Amino acid sequence: MEAASIPVRATRATPLNALQAFLSRYGLIIVLLALPVGFAVHDVASGHGLTHIIQNLKDGVSNGAIWALVAIGYTLVYGIIELINFAHGDVFMIGSFVSFAMWGTLGVTLSTGPLGVVGGLIVAGLIAMIACGALNVMIERVAYRPLRGAPKLAPLITAVGFSFILQNVGLEWLGGSPHGVDDLVRAQHILFTVGGVQIINADVLAIGITVPLVIVLVTFVNRTRLGRAMRATAQDPEAARLMGINVDVTISLTFLLGGLMAGAAGLIYALYNTTVWFQQGFEAGLIAFTAAVMGGIGNLQGAVLGGVIIGCIQQISDDRINSTWTPAIVFAYLILIMVFRPQGLLGEETREAG
Amino acid sequence: MSELRQFFRSIGDTWDSLPQNVKRGIGVAALVFLILLPFFFTAGGSFIDNATRALAYAVMALGLNIVVGFAGLLDLGYVAFYALGAFTIGWFGSGFYAQVNHQKGIHVGVTGVVSTLPGIHLNFLLVLVAAVIVCAIFGVLIGLPTLRLRGDYIAIVTLAFGEIIGRVAINGDSLKPFGYAVTAGRQGITPIDSPDLPGLSEFGPLNLRPWYWTALGMALLVLFVNFRLRDSRLGRAWIAVREDEVAAASMGVPLVRTKLLAYATGAAFGGMAGAFFAAYFNTVNADQFEFSFSIFVLAMIILGGLGSIWGVVLGAIVLSYINTYFIPGPFKSLPHHFGLNFDLTDLSFGIFGFLLVIMMVLRPEGLLPERRRKLELTEGIGAGDVDLPLEVTAP
Repeated sequence: MEAASIPVRATRATPLNALQAFLSRYGLIIVLLALPVGFAVHDVASGHGLTHIIQNLKDGVSNGAIWALVAIGYTLVYGIIELINFAHGDVFMIGSFVSFAMWGTLGVTLSTGPLGVVGGLIVAGLIAMIACGALNVMIERVAYRPLRGAPKLAPLITAVGFSFILQNVGLEWLGGSPHGVDDLVRAQHILFTVGGVQIINADVLAIGITVPLVIVLVTFVNRTRLGRAMRATAQDPEAARLMGINVDVTISLTFLLGGLMAGAAGLIYALYNTTVWFQQGFEAGLIAFTAAVMGGIGNLQGAVLGGVIIGCIQQISDDRINSTWTPAIVFAYLILIMVFRPQGLLGEETREAG
Repeated sequence: MSELRQFFRSIGDTWDSLPQNVKRGIGVAALVFLILLPFFFTAGGSFIDNATRALAYAVMALGLNIVVGFAGLLDLGYVAFYALGAFTIGWFGSGFYAQVNHQKGIHVGVTGVVSTLPGIHLNFLLVLVAAVIVCAIFGVLIGLPTLRLRGDYIAIVTLAFGEIIGRVAINGDSLKPFGYAVTAGRQGITPIDSPDLPGLSEFGPLNLRPWYWTALGMALLVLFVNFRLRDSRLGRAWIAVREDEVAAASMGVPLVRTKLLAYATGAAFGGMAGAFFAAYFNTVNADQFEFSFSIFVLAMIILGGLGSIWGVVLGAIVLSYINTYFIPGPFKSLPHHFGLNFDLTDLSFGIFGFLLVIMMVLRPEGLLPERRRKLELTEGIGAGDVDLPLEVTAP
């Protein structure tokens, strides 16, 4: 009780402290809004109206839907075992490759009728999801489970190792340069125009697959028995084990869910960009990880929000600055978030960040 | 397996029981052997080439070992310092800035043809010092934002910095502060001045011996610094921070200074090796500064044993030889024997990834483990049969 007698130094409400508190609360939001607001003001000032920036944001949202699906995989795994699953981006890449190979096997080409294309893509997508889910579970079994008691550096290093192995699998599969894919859904075809903003097939595809999947996933995690087991394990693995939850199975299930989402994202990516290549996973992984951190790692809604925001930043940077600088800008945002708000937009303080 | 372990342990014990002057004698003999080694091989041959690269990689790995092995800060952006070191010699040791000083160039300590060329040409030793300074500053700058973070978050921030520097290297030709481009972009900066060092014969592609001696000198210097630092107050502070940051802080270890010094020292060695590689390859190519390079160096220290100085040297030599000798050489036809038709050189990084996984799962302490880390890893699992001597002895 000695400590209680020491007077606690109260933080004085100087203007500097007030500014600091304000920055730590709203700083990230201000930084995030800087790009779109800046360009919107620039557009209006030069007499072009807001159509251009809204078009950018629309592209960003549909592109961000893919990142959201990948980010969910990061956030689920991090939430439960506090590990950055470095290989996740490459699982997503394998998802693209599997779905591309599957619709080739099923015989879906540009000349197939619309019904055949839809049916073929659904089958290809399901197979890609299952393949990625199985792959993710396998990686957990081989590379992470044996190291659960080891220092935290160890599983991170095996994760990087697996990421390289998968990249080489991709390299041997389709070669070292970007591989063109049949534009089965006519991705750039303008479906309709709202107030000058063109909605294309790719947007409908990305949103139309992502939204139902996220709803199903959130319902699963929040409402079902297994979902409750997952949340319990995330809070305290030891206590969960004492309550009769099979922690190993729950962790495998988490990896399975993450893999399923990555597979779906892989299908969308292949159709959206009509090109796949072995290095798509590395960059996508970093972008999606940024999204997960931005939303608050361990938080599903946060991952989706982060994915959409990163998508918008990327589109604006691609369109307005220069696409060669886009990765650098996304990484700069990543560092800013890590430094100023490691708990993210919707997240709470974690052990890592504190 | 256990007989093998017993055998290695008995070698270690024999070494420990040797008298001090015998140990010193063996060390001197090994050093003389290493210095004389190039005379037994052709001056422009592949043996000296491979040995030079292995030594330069050892310098790099020893630098990363300070950050990851001693201080326990997982740095996945080490390629940044390779890039910065290489660009330092690109800026100060080539004709890249041909327009300075009215096309006459600036020359310090260079002789021969080089002293008449336009551009900035400093002596190789000055360039090394410049690379060390530039990289140490950037090491601190990259370290600063990670101070509040732990574990894998540090890995991600350093990775992001590494990627940003790689991007700047590729797009730097369009960045022109003060009218001078930062980098030459994908075109690369070439040629780079060959070092011009007193006492060594002419450096050139056909005479690799002076390159070998330079690399050996750098490796010995860095080894010496590593050993001295590990046993110093700072080295103990690094290890304390690695083991338990909170406990270290409460024992009075200044966390900020300790971590930043680790980043700066590691970066400085990386920059030194980077400048050497650029001179050796005679080019600064922006495309080589990729994430996979960071992993290549990380794989070296994991393979050898995190924090173990001799282990890291061994890991660097093994991986460098796998990369420059075995994969393009004897192992190249291996897939064909099994009826597979792929080129093993494409798969080198898959092989390193596989090595990382296998090492971590089967022998996480590395080939030549550091005693303290080995204890840490075996702690709890069969702790009863750990018969290592206690480190604390009565005065």
